[in-house]
Amino acid sequence: MDIVVERLTKRYGPQKAVDNVSFRVKAGEVLGFLGPNGAGKTTTMKAIACYIKPEEGDILVGGYSIHEHPEIIKKNIGYLAENNPLYQEMNIIDFLEFIAKIHGIPKYLIPERILDMIRTCGLEGEKHKLIGELSKGYQQRVGLAQALIHDPDILILDEPTTGLDPNQIVEIRELIKRIGKEKTVILSSHILAEVEATCDRILIINNGRIVVDGTAAELRKQAQGNEILKLGVQGGNIDAIFESLFEIETIDSIDLLDSDKQLFEVQSLPSTSSVKAIFDTCVRKNYYITELTPTETKLEDIFRVLTLH
Amino acid sequence: MKQIIHIAGRELSTFFDSLTAYVLIVIFLGFSGFFTWIYGADVFFVGQANLNTFFTVAYWSLFIFIPALTMRSIAGELKSGTLELLLTKPVSDWQLILGKFLSTFLLIVIALAPTVIYYFTLWAIGPVDHSAILLGYMGLLLMSMVYISIGLLASCVASNPIIASLVALSVGIFFHIIFDVLAANFVGFLGSFFSYLSLSTHFESISRGVVDSKDLIYFFSIAFLCLFTSKMILSNRNL
Repeated sequence: MDIVVERLTKRYGPQKAVDNVSFRVKAGEVLGFLGPNGAGKTTTMKAIACYIKPEEGDILVGGYSIHEHPEIIKKNIGYLAENNPLYQEMNIIDFLEFIAKIHGIPKYLIPERILDMIRTCGLEGEKHKLIGELSKGYQQRVGLAQALIHDPDILILDEPTTGLDPNQIVEIRELIKRIGKEKTVILSSHILAEVEATCDRILIINNGRIVVDGTAAELRKQAQGNEILKLGVQGGNIDAIFESLFEIETIDSIDLLDSDKQLFEVQSLPSTSSVKAIFDTCVRKNYYITELTPTETKLEDIFRVLTLH
Repeated sequence: MKQIIHIAGRELSTFFDSLTAYVLIVIFLGFSGFFTWIYGADVFFVGQANLNTFFTVAYWSLFIFIPALTMRSIAGELKSGTLELLLTKPVSDWQLILGKFLSTFLLIVIALAPTVIYYFTLWAIGPVDHSAILLGYMGLLLMSMVYISIGLLASCVASNPIIASLVALSVGIFFHIIFDVLAANFVGFLGSFFSYLSLSTHFESISRGVVDSKDLIYFFSIAFLCLFTSKMILSNRNL
């Protein structure tokens, strides 16, 4: 099922939480939703899950509009809300049974589905406990189990790994990856590495607007622009090396990083590479290269640049 | 309809799991039994085979108990965030409201059920007006229906369960006595208007054994109005 968000706008009082946002998620895609706190991620996800109604714009899920057929959309969506609300006073099995009934799963299939979910989400040891007695990580698994129990085509997960320990984070990520092979997944997070590890596509939202839409590789490319090299050259006087490097036509700027180790940061002109020229120059002047590393812009830096203003 | 039953079933089991239901039933039966059989204007003192005393006690105790039962219904779900869990499942706003209504109503029916013993006991003692007792129970159920709807509405309006219960009680007290008092103080149109609004007028006329469509319309229209407003408030949420 495709998800098409068309000019979505949602206001809270005078403030626009989401401002004219449009995007499309293809069936089988895993979309990472990024943005600083209060950017409008949760609002957009709540609107897709039919919990809130946007003032303007529409969302089509598998061709059905959230305004006209919310009940059909809700049947096909598994939703894990941000703070993972659960009935604390119920035990896991009763709770999952209730959710299964609400989803209209045939009675004879319910025990099988519950067992399946308990296995998939690693809840075997805790299944008779009350939800309120579980640790946060296990509660998060129950949250995932309730989102998955009716085998939905679309999964919407709002910060699924907050509060989990590193092992659980890895487990949940793997689970999402496994699920993502068959289902459309929208996942929000603050953690860029997580999004990079699990998602096919990244959407960065800031102040209610989309600022980036693309794969992690595209994002890097876009933000990186010019080639930046970390270069170490020895075998000559530092000033002489500096000057010979400056003679290379494709080099835009050179910064001295460390005068003892003779480390430079070399930035090339747009869409050129200076690697070969540097190498040739060094051979000609009898210098030797101690280090030549392309500097990769970190996703974190891109995120900061794009969302700081 | 299935969704309503599932929601009501879950809610009802929460009432029993959290002991609320047992506390309510024990206190209710204790009170009504004490005043019907042992103390004050009890059956033996009155010397008539009717359950009027019981109906009066139930009339008051249900009025006080119901807001305590309904206060958490929506406000509690909103506070704990589980409203989001429920409403992102294939459940409509109407189904949620009606499910909550049904669960409390069923709990009242369960609390009233053991008091049928009073009726059989009375039957053994003397000649009983069967239809009057039947209608008395009907009056209690209709009254509960109204107060549950008011309680649900209050729970939709107030975000805090305690406030919801106080709002429900203070709105309820108008129907329970204040309209009656006002009716006694006014004549003419205003007098009959307040008298029509007063729940006790309608309850008394039903428990006397007279079922008028006017009374039924009164109970059902208030309940519907409150439930409908609750649904509208829930649908227009801006969370």
